[in-house]
This record gives sequence, structure tokens and C-alpha cells, in this order.
Amino acid sequence: MKKKQLKVDPIKTGTVIDHITAGKALQVAEILNISNSESEIMVGINLYSKKMGKKDIIKIEDRELSEEEAGSIALISPTATLIIIENYKVVRKFFIDVPEKIKHHIICPNPNCITNIESVPTLFFLAGKNPVEVRCSYCEKKYFIDDVKFSF
Amino acid sequence: MKNLISMRDISKEDILKLIDSANKIETGKVKVDMSGKLAALLFFEPSTRTHFSFETAVKKLGGNTFSMSGTSSTSVKKGETLADTLMTISMYVDIIIIRHIIEGAARFASETVNIPVINAGDGTNQHPTQAMLDLYSIQKTQGSLNNLTVGMVGDLRLGRTVHSLAQALSDFNPTFYFASPRHLQMPAYIKDDLKAKNIKFTELEDIKDVMHTLDIMYVTRIQKERFAVLEDYEKVKDSYIITKKLLEGVKKNFKVLHPLPRVNEITKDVDDTEYAYYFQQARNGVFMRQAIITELLNLEKH
Repeated sequence: MKKKQLKVDPIKTGTVIDHITAGKALQVAEILNISNSESEIMVGINLYSKKMGKKDIIKIEDRELSEEEAGSIALISPTATLIIIENYKVVRKFFIDVPEKIKHHIICPNPNCITNIESVPTLFFLAGKNPVEVRCSYCEKKYFIDDVKFSF
Repeated sequence: MKNLISMRDISKEDILKLIDSANKIETGKVKVDMSGKLAALLFFEPSTRTHFSFETAVKKLGGNTFSMSGTSSTSVKKGETLADTLMTISMYVDIIIIRHIIEGAARFASETVNIPVINAGDGTNQHPTQAMLDLYSIQKTQGSLNNLTVGMVGDLRLGRTVHSLAQALSDFNPTFYFASPRHLQMPAYIKDDLKAKNIKFTELEDIKDVMHTLDIMYVTRIQKERFAVLEDYEKVKDSYIITKKLLEGVKKNFKVLHPLPRVNEITKDVDDTEYAYYFQQARNGVFMRQAIITELLNLEKH
């Protein structure tokens, strides 16, 4: 029998973000601000996936994600799933919903938008799901999620 | 309603309520008293027409105004933030009416100050009082907003009045004809919204063939400067000029609307026909703005 080989080591307790759209792991890592984190973190990019062909994966030891963090991940990669691990066992596994409202994190691409002129946090509303589209609550322009930049 | 920032925030019920209120003000059924109240007309981007219309509305209600036009003589030039300018002015007045070249400025204003704010145009985004006065004009001439056939002609890509109007009418089961040069067509996001609401619309390059089906024709100006190549402008400019001859055989209730200023897109001979309605439309704007101010300030009606 062929032994199942994990390319990324299992974690004892923490969170696995699986099925991240291939190539998006570093962006997800940025949201989670993991460069300033003390936790053990593993990032896999372009791993083989039966479901997706290629996928990225991030495993974080000893950390639970906030709802806001999870929502932001869904924006970048709507296919992502969250897996909560305790004592090497999966205790919960779920898809993340794209949030209806996104505060702060999206930079409005419209240079003539007030959010790029006065100091005011941005607010975007979900305007389409497949692909994800968001609308600026200030200038009301609509953008594909791939066309916006984030700040975390 | 606390502010009027965007047609997106306004329900069908709000629209009908404001139309009813504008009608009561126009016909003298209600008298509103704004005396002792002050409106700031902050036109960071100058606009004579809208400015005068608001000023007339406030004064006819018995209120007072103070005005700013352009940014050259203001604190803006000294480097004060918009937030500080607005906050300070809000200490003096009861309502702020703001026009700004920056998109989202009016919403930002409404979140900054504690008094009502009316958006009198924010960049290419919204101009909700124009949309409301257009709806009032349509209601007055057609007796209803429901099930109308509306042609929109001219620059449909950048004309924010046609965007707001198309969206606002979409709650009333319209049939739309959009006639424009190819590169000045209605933007995809407006068409997406209409499709999502199952609104029937057809895009044409010439309005001529559907004239006899229209209840309303909304005309906007095609600006020469929108064309990269002047030759292209010369080619299309005459297809979008409304003449008296074009109006032969239209329906009896048919009316031509235009947000003004017009340049040459409606010929002078149309003015004398029973179909011209653009100057009355401007007049309706005063009543509608009176109704909006009355609603936001919760003014006493007699």
C-alpha cells in the first residue's frame, strides 16, 4: 500500500487554510500579518490538489483566526477552507463566506475617490460573487477583486 | 431620511413621497416655514444652474443661505482638510448642500457633520436632486411613473443624470431605448443592474425608428472634447440632434427632457412645440428641492 505522504508537516494545534487559489498564499499571509508572528507557520504553494489541480496551503500553529481575518481571506480566495486542528485532529472544517461589508482593507482604485484624498477608512460592499466584485461606498464605483489592492 | 446622498439609498416609497410633497408645495396645498434657518451652499465645484436652483428653493421656503463657489478664496486653499471645513460650517448652519469634484465627498460630509447633507453632485458619481426633479417632471407629464417607454439620447457613458434616472426608473417597469455613438454607450454596470431587475432595454445608434413608441425622450449633450479624433465627432454629431421634424408622429403625451445647459442638441424650433419640457423641468427642480429640504429638516407644514 502506498503511504500517504504530506508535503507540508502536520500541526498539533492551530489553523490550516486549505484550498487557497494557487499563487494567492503570499497575499493571504500578508493579511494574517505572519511576518510579525511568533507562531510556527508553513506555506505551501502550487501543491497538487485532486479538486483544484493546483492549490496553496498555509498552516499556522497556535492561532485562531478572527471572523474579519477569515472574511478577508475569502475575498482573495473564495475557494479557501478553514480547518481547525486540535491535538493533530481535525475538529472543524468549513468554507468561508465572502463578507457583505469590508472595512478598512481595500484601497479604492479610483484616484478621484474621497478615500484617497481625506483621511477616511474605506468601506466596500460585496457587489458580485463569481467572480467577486466590490463596490466602494463612497465613490460607488464597482471593481473586480483582482483589480484592487489591499492594506493590512 | 436624514441626508440625500445617492439614489441608491432611496426607496420607491421615498421617491413617491417626495414627488407628492413637491406637488403639494407647487400647488400651494401646503405652506412650509423655513424662517430662521440657514443653508450653506458649498459649491467647491462651481455650477451656476444647480446653485441658483437650490438658492431659490431655500429662499422660497423662507430660509436663508450663504454660499461658496470654487475653492480659490477658501480655507481649502490654505490646506485645511475638507472634514475641518465642513465641521466648522456645520456649527453655523442647519443644512449643508455640497457639490464637489471628488467622488464620495457628499457621503463623507454626511458622516462628518451632525446636520443634514444634500449631495448637489459629486464628480461623475451622483446628482440625486437632478434625478428626483427628472422623476417629478416625468410624473407630472405622464400622470404616473409606471410602465413608460423612455428613450435616452446622447452621451450615455459619462452623463451621470441618465445613469441615476435609469436606475431610479427601474423600480417602475420601464422600457428603455438607449441611443448613443458606440463609444458613448450606457456603461456595463448600469446595464448589469437593469438586467438583474429584468428591465427591457435596447441599444441603438439612431433614435429615429422608435420615436413613435416613446413617452419620454431624455437628451444629453455630446461634448466635442469626449472624442479623441475630431473627425469621429463630425461623423456622429448630427445623428443626435433633436429637430422639430424628428418629432413628427410622436405620441400625444410625448415630452422632451434635458438637464440643461443645451448647446445645439435640441434645435430652437422644438422649443415652440408642445413636446418641449426642459424649461418647465428646470422649474420643477425648485419645487423638488423645496420638498427635499422640507423632508430633511423636518420642517413644519401648514
